[in-house]
Amino acid sequence: MTVEKAATAAAANMAPLPSAAPAAPDARPHITVRGLSKRFGATVVYDKFDLDIPRGRFVSVFGPNGCGKSTLINIIAGLLPADEGEILFDGKTLRQTNFGYVFQNYREALFPWLRSIDNIRYPLKFFNLSKAEQRNRVDRLVEHLGVKIDLNRYPYQLSGGQQQLISIMRSLVIEPEVLFLDEPFSALDYEMTLFMRDQLQAVFLETGTTMVFVSHDLEEAIYLADDVLLLSRGPARIADYVTVRNPRPRTAETLSDSDFVQVKAHCLDVFQRLVRGS
Amino acid sequence: MNAIRRRLGHLTPLIGVIGLLIVWQIAVWFEVVDPVLLPSPADTFIAVWNGMTGGRLWIDFLRTVERTSLSIAYAAAIAIPLGTLLGSSTAVYRSVEFVVDFFRSTPASALFPLFLVIFGVGDNTKIMVAAFGASLVILFNVAYGVMNARKTRLLAAKVMGASKMRVLTDVMLFESMPQTFIGLRNGVSLALVIVIVAEMFIGSVDGLGYSVLDSQMLFEMPDMYAAIFVAGALGYGFNLLFLVIEKRFVHWSGH
Ligand SMILES: Nc1ncnc2c1ncn2[C@@H]1O[C@H](COP(=O)(O)OP(=O)(O)OP(=O)(O)O)[C@@H](O)[C@H]1O
Ligand SMILES: [Mg+2]
Repeated sequence: MTVEKAATAAAANMAPLPSAAPAAPDARPHITVRGLSKRFGATVVYDKFDLDIPRGRFVSVFGPNGCGKSTLINIIAGLLPADEGEILFDGKTLRQTNFGYVFQNYREALFPWLRSIDNIRYPLKFFNLSKAEQRNRVDRLVEHLGVKIDLNRYPYQLSGGQQQLISIMRSLVIEPEVLFLDEPFSALDYEMTLFMRDQLQAVFLETGTTMVFVSHDLEEAIYLADDVLLLSRGPARIADYVTVRNPRPRTAETLSDSDFVQVKAHCLDVFQRLVRGS
Repeated sequence: MNAIRRRLGHLTPLIGVIGLLIVWQIAVWFEVVDPVLLPSPADTFIAVWNGMTGGRLWIDFLRTVERTSLSIAYAAAIAIPLGTLLGSSTAVYRSVEFVVDFFRSTPASALFPLFLVIFGVGDNTKIMVAAFGASLVILFNVAYGVMNARKTRLLAAKVMGASKMRVLTDVMLFESMPQTFIGLRNGVSLALVIVIVAEMFIGSVDGLGYSVLDSQMLFEMPDMYAAIFVAGALGYGFNLLFLVIEKRFVHWSGH
């Protein structure tokens, strides 16, 4: 199989290629970004940027340092205001959408004054649920994921990976339509990272949640992704949009599969051209 | 060897105490100071003992505890919510910062006449001046604790759907807790100072401040030293109390 470019319908700098879109059963866009502009002082990070993210797919965002990966998902998730532009979730606004966000820095994102179980339960307070229903939801999630952590501990009593897992569970307990993750594993050691990748893949296979995943590790980005969004720098453009067709669940063998290696070589090539700044 | 050293380590603070008692006793023996002005450690201890077991000193002690506790309770009740509110917006805090710093720097004793006019000669004035002084110290610390709250944590709450008010009560209040306790410890020390001074000079008939001054005027030196030591122990005790509460309550700090 050769590398396929499933250009998103309205990528500003590319001709729309709707026929090339993957024939997934539910491929209509879930998140649409139109005319996004954002600058910090004199730095123009986005200028009339368009993007479509299909429903139920795992999209990895990859690009050079400082190209605007965090800025993109922070704006989509409402953590940062856009200067201009419109973002819709299947036609709805952010406020009407159930979504989760996983921070890189789990230590500063969890509430250390709450036990792990209460951290996970916290976002349910903002839904109209009885105490029993809240407890039910958490129990169901724990069972679903087969988590074997003592949830009565405080976050600081857990390992880094366990804390990030709590953090991911906290974002999943509301059964989000979309989950944003900004370099969630980059503060973990290698062994834990490998474990967490597979945990996340399992969550994705179980829930089918649309995932927008920022990573600075190309192999990780491809390993987890259905689609890899490659961003260029200043202002950010879609340099390429690459579909990864390896079947799931992917394993260590996937990494040496020829399709996988080919995709990786292609992405690396695009990336190197970007960094060399041609 | 190491075990012995470790066990002895707990006793290190006692060295200073024993040293002080020895120097004191020697000074008494050699009459370095007029014996009327400096009673022996034993006489002083007896005065403490008698005073605290059924004597006047116990009642004075309780009155001072009561006034200081009330003033710190009032101060905390006002300064913690207000400090959280002010600190939640850096712009708002900047606008009141000068006023807070100014009154924080004003010696509380200078405010006695004003408070006397407002609250009259009674317990209220003492408690209110102490509460005022302590509240500024607490306010300042709480506001800084809130302003330095981890930004990621506030964003995390916001992204989960917490309203501004919920972010305040669910995150900022807890984030500022370690700093709040610093404010409470400093506040209670200041409140005790103010209460003792007020008990000396503002129409008092009881309290440790009154006891110190009264014993001095009657030339009951052992009683005076006894009252001073009890006041010192009280200040130390308040500090320790807040440290213990902090340890239990703010279990996450330092992790
Ligand atoms: N709050 C801010 N103030 C000023 N400049 C900012 C701010 N946030 C981001 N920037 C700038 O905007 C650009 C994009 O930042 P962003 O954090 O989105 O990049 P990134 O792709 O996530 O980078 P990294 O790989 O380092 O995580 C960078 O040049 C950065 O310096
Ligand atoms: Mg980033």
